[in-house]
Amino acid sequence: MPSLSLPRRRLLPADAAWRSAFARGGRDIAGAALGTVAMGLVTGVAMRNSGLGLELVLAMSLLVFASASQLACLPLIAVGAPLWIIAATAGVLNLRFVVFSVHWRRYFGGHGRGRRMLLSYLAGDPIYARFVQRFPQPAPGGCATPEQQGYFLGLALTNWAAWQAASLAGIFLADAIPTAWGLRFVGVLALLALALPMLVDRAVRCSAAAAAVVALATASWPMGLNVVMAIATAFAVGIWADRRWNQA
Amino acid sequence: MPLPFAAENLLPWLAVLALVLVTVLTRSFFLLPHGEPRLPGWLRQGLRHAPVAALLAMVMPEIFLNQGHLPADWRDARLAAVAAALLYHWARRGDVTGTILTGTATLLVLRLGLGWA
Repeated sequence: MPSLSLPRRRLLPADAAWRSAFARGGRDIAGAALGTVAMGLVTGVAMRNSGLGLELVLAMSLLVFASASQLACLPLIAVGAPLWIIAATAGVLNLRFVVFSVHWRRYFGGHGRGRRMLLSYLAGDPIYARFVQRFPQPAPGGCATPEQQGYFLGLALTNWAAWQAASLAGIFLADAIPTAWGLRFVGVLALLALALPMLVDRAVRCSAAAAAVVALATASWPMGLNVVMAIATAFAVGIWADRRWNQA
Repeated sequence: MPLPFAAENLLPWLAVLALVLVTVLTRSFFLLPHGEPRLPGWLRQGLRHAPVAALLAMVMPEIFLNQGHLPADWRDARLAAVAAALLYHWARRGDVTGTILTGTATLLVLRLGLGWA
């Protein structure tokens, strides 16, 4: 008689290198996760106070996983703005991830499409900064090593869990959370702290400074277009600066 | 025939669905094609400058602008918190956790202790 028990699947791969990289990823994202928690709380409170139904807000919290576009689109959804405006706003605010996805392709391009999509979905802002600092070079052929896979998931799942817990706490404890203390600014400090170690050479510092100035000068533009302008500036100035200082 | 849902109840759900789709599609954009995507030359060249620029672009207005204006009073808890975080970062290269905690502590002390804006 055939056994009815399912084949036993381990929750985590047995590979020791994978496991220690996973644990290290969890530790390395802990600081930045403070910022994720702060933004999750802020977003959760904003969702609860938006006047939208609890089921809808919970679905958004669990599925969308993008604080900037959630915060920007909440008021639009609440007033019943046309769907294309909501989608366009989210698209512009997420445009930076399109650029990040080129980088991720170098690391994970050799894996199947489903896995590539799952990994990129989990890769919010803090993940790229930490991962690239630890692994400046992709593995050959875009087939991530067990260390890289474990480290990525350690970073990404910790960050995801921090986000979900904080976002749900924000929704259910909206009245008890003192947003006036400047909780949102902890998220800003976290992104700043993640960006600073990425200023690795003179050309990058130069393009980043130009991008920062442009982001401020165009801050009044709608839908986060100032971030798009800043990225475009970084491309132009960066290519110029690389030719000047990093002749390949 | 009456619809099972009133349109105004359905619209927010469609909006959430749209947000999910936009998030998934933008994050996986260049990971979707099976073959290696052919990128224009300028995109390849400038690519390494994009991530840090995007992160800084998101924080700059939050640090320096208050309802669209530069702060009139230099006693601004956010500016002081960023200054403290930068000093810590330069003193201890690359310690992300310490940088965030230093900035947060400065912000809280100045806002709650001294009542700065």
